[in-house]
Amino acid sequence: MPDIRPHLLRGVRPLGGEPVDILLADGLVAAIGADLRAPEGTTVVDAGGLIALPGLVDLHTHLREPGREDAETVESGSRSAAMGGYTAVHAMANTDPVADTAGVVEQVWRLGREAGYCDVRPVGAVTVGLAGRRLSEIGAMADSAARVRVFSDDGICVSDALLMRRALEYVKAFDGVIAQHAQEPRLTEGAQMNEGCVSDRLGLPGWPAVAEEAIIARDCLLAQHVGSRLHVCHVSTRGSVDIIRWAKARGCEVTAEVTPHHLLLTDDLVESYDPVYKVNPPLRTADDVQALREGLADGTIDVVATDHAPHPKEAKETEWSTAAMGMVGLETALAVVQKAMVDTGLLTWEQVAERMSATPARIGRVTGHGRPLAVGEPANVVLYDPAAPVGVDGAAMVTKSSNTPFGGMTLPGRVRATFLRGAPTVLEGKIQ
Amino acid sequence: MHARKPAGGSEPADTSPVPGTRAVLDGSEINRALTRIAHEVLERTKGGRDVTLLGIPSRGVPLARRLAERIELVENLTVPHGSLDVTMYRDDLRSAPVRTLKRTEIPAGGLDDRVVVLVDDVLFSGRTVRAALDALNDLGRPRAVQLAVLVDRGHRELPIRADYVGKNLPTSLRESVTVRLDETDGDDAVLLGPARPRPGTTEGKDV
Amino acid sequence: MRHLLSAGDLSRDEAVLVLDTAAELALVGDRSVKKLPTLRGRTVVNLFYEDSTRTRTSFELAAKRLSADVVNFSAKGSSVSKGESLKDTALTLQAMGADGVVIRHSASGAAHRLAGWVDGSVLNAGDGTHEHPTQALLDAYTMRSRLGRLEGLRVAVVGDILHSRVARSNVLLLTTLGAHVTLVAPPTLLPVSVHTWPCEVSYDLDAVLPKTDVVMMLRVQAERMHDSFFPSVREYSRGYGMHGERLARMPEDAIVMHPGPMVRGMEISAEVADSPRCTVTEQVANGVSLRMAVLYLLLGGS
Repeated sequence: MPDIRPHLLRGVRPLGGEPVDILLADGLVAAIGADLRAPEGTTVVDAGGLIALPGLVDLHTHLREPGREDAETVESGSRSAAMGGYTAVHAMANTDPVADTAGVVEQVWRLGREAGYCDVRPVGAVTVGLAGRRLSEIGAMADSAARVRVFSDDGICVSDALLMRRALEYVKAFDGVIAQHAQEPRLTEGAQMNEGCVSDRLGLPGWPAVAEEAIIARDCLLAQHVGSRLHVCHVSTRGSVDIIRWAKARGCEVTAEVTPHHLLLTDDLVESYDPVYKVNPPLRTADDVQALREGLADGTIDVVATDHAPHPKEAKETEWSTAAMGMVGLETALAVVQKAMVDTGLLTWEQVAERMSATPARIGRVTGHGRPLAVGEPANVVLYDPAAPVGVDGAAMVTKSSNTPFGGMTLPGRVRATFLRGAPTVLEGKIQ
Repeated sequence: MHARKPAGGSEPADTSPVPGTRAVLDGSEINRALTRIAHEVLERTKGGRDVTLLGIPSRGVPLARRLAERIELVENLTVPHGSLDVTMYRDDLRSAPVRTLKRTEIPAGGLDDRVVVLVDDVLFSGRTVRAALDALNDLGRPRAVQLAVLVDRGHRELPIRADYVGKNLPTSLRESVTVRLDETDGDDAVLLGPARPRPGTTEGKDV
Repeated sequence: MRHLLSAGDLSRDEAVLVLDTAAELALVGDRSVKKLPTLRGRTVVNLFYEDSTRTRTSFELAAKRLSADVVNFSAKGSSVSKGESLKDTALTLQAMGADGVVIRHSASGAAHRLAGWVDGSVLNAGDGTHEHPTQALLDAYTMRSRLGRLEGLRVAVVGDILHSRVARSNVLLLTTLGAHVTLVAPPTLLPVSVHTWPCEVSYDLDAVLPKTDVVMMLRVQAERMHDSFFPSVREYSRGYGMHGERLARMPEDAIVMHPGPMVRGMEISAEVADSPRCTVTEQVANGVSLRMAVLYLLLGGS
């Protein structure tokens, strides 16, 4: 049973501003002010020094259920999300079976409700079986109890230009969005890492930046032509940022996300041949990281999305080329964003809230999330301590998997508490 | 192998060029000892006709060359001489960092039916000579093998003795014997000093 | 030196030490007893995930000449082919007490991974399209013994640079040893960042040959043609194959090398392959001494 007692957050700094008290009651923000009185039965949380942000919303999460419950389940993944300060996540469609029917998306949605750690919003597959040949029953998924609004073949690019055009057009009927995994397939056959100096030295087949940029350019032009919304998943190169900036300037309705790992890590880490650094799109160069940070700061890139991709140990304890691609990221996302964007002066906490909560909720058409911290709004809140350095340890994480690329690194802060509609899912840094 | 060449060039042979050590043989004494050994080799090998001199690197090699030169002076006889690196046959390889190989040069004509005289600077535990005997075994079948050393400092660990000795030098295990030769070190001297730490070996010479 | 994973790990002094040690050990091959007791009681495992009888035999002979116990653990016919992971295989070898593991694997970086899982020394005998350090060492050894030096030597490496572990190791090692390397290939068979490598690049073999002391021909797989790396075998051969006329355009004492196995008629003509200026069999012979040197330097000490 969720803890539905009122919670008084004493001395908290909303969006990093001046300390106030915030009272959460009946699932809503009940009061904000100095020295609030705690009604009978209220749990008082000493939040001195902590920053309050609206509950985070992830547009890009792999929960692995159904099919790969050894890596993650909806329950373990949503617990992990809560630990990272998330109150809503979008569960990607590349499960087994693929989330390409109303039945599968409803199952995932229901599992999320039963777990109760955050709102799980299923993403529907664009094409049947992610095979890229014909559209899945997008309308049925949109009309289902899961009310799917984001569609993606993530992991695989919708590379057929005509199919992509149809998908972009079709989702207009219910205000949906296509989230594209931009990867030209022929240019990336057998690709193992970013193509450049490091791949050439290591003898690993390269994943050239142009394979991402060419698809993004095409899709932006297509989306503008048919007047649809396009969302670009995990942008990873300077060229992609330039193209999206150009597309936005000419009026294309495109949004884009960047992952925390692409904001912090570079491809020279692959020199260790440790597949914990293997991810798709791959880690790029320091120049790309700089461009991504600038793009996120100036709004070219709209949101940070985790691309949380859990894998069992054996999928990573192999030689590089046979290892699975992907990294877990829910529990480290906010701290990585602080390190890469806030501590570097590129973003304020208010802008972090916009890019990790308000904007992703708007793109995914998620109601009740990403709202301002104001009286009467849903009590979805995360309390974050920006001055609590923590050594990252994959084994100690809540997620079922441990494939974090930040293991051994010290990140500057940690989530102290997460509230989902007033009920704590995380309190004192521990899952409830 | 560290060449311990003193700064400032040659010094008188009766004072030690290495601080903390004292000279027990100077250049002329080394000369006399080698001349005597050359005579003894000729006597014991009945004119030295079948003799092949094999120096054990590093300092055994110039000593073998000097012996060959002296024999040639005395008897007008060219004695084949070469070098025999015993590194790969040592019994203490695994107790020290990997050692650099030295040259093995077997004179033309080989070793079969020759009287091989092994030449080394210091005889101590006998383990180097044991390794040399093993190495010889893989190179041919000499008629006889003899051993010539400049200094015998005692403390044998194997049943091995020298046939020709330049100087018997009773030592303590807390001492070290250092042979310096013009060819390798810039001057000739035998020095006695405090033992140097030498992990995993009791050998009294550089290896 | 604990492992030999990349030719780039060797300093100039270390590389010269390997070559000098190999030169001493080469003499063992001329003796009646071609064996040294040095690695008696040590176990060397040849872990070969790719068929390579030549390289495996060379390592096996080298280890046996040093009296090591040699176990050949090949992917075919073992638990490896039943899907055992590299890590589990590594732990098995570890439990069996392998002092050294010689690994050949189709995945770049496999030797690096293995080095993280076993206590013994790991010797990279070719990992994917990454490196093949002992091949580069024996190539350098062959050049030095033929031409007397490496410093300032002009070496052209010709062929499928992109997919060649031999080329990568040679560029690193020869640069360390002071030689000047020029890579010669059609642009499709060169890595995109080749301009950042410490060597020259040319698309024109004929222009390079007169200024070359050593030309090293790499094997070109005909399959590359199907992936459009070049239009046809004939066109490749015309541009980048080594034949008698081209050999004549090189300096008089220049040599032609090939890591083998050669594709006669593709990258090298029979006339050149059989010429005394072609060092292919010499390279094979030198391979044994060189690998003895590496095994001794890795396993001979404490």
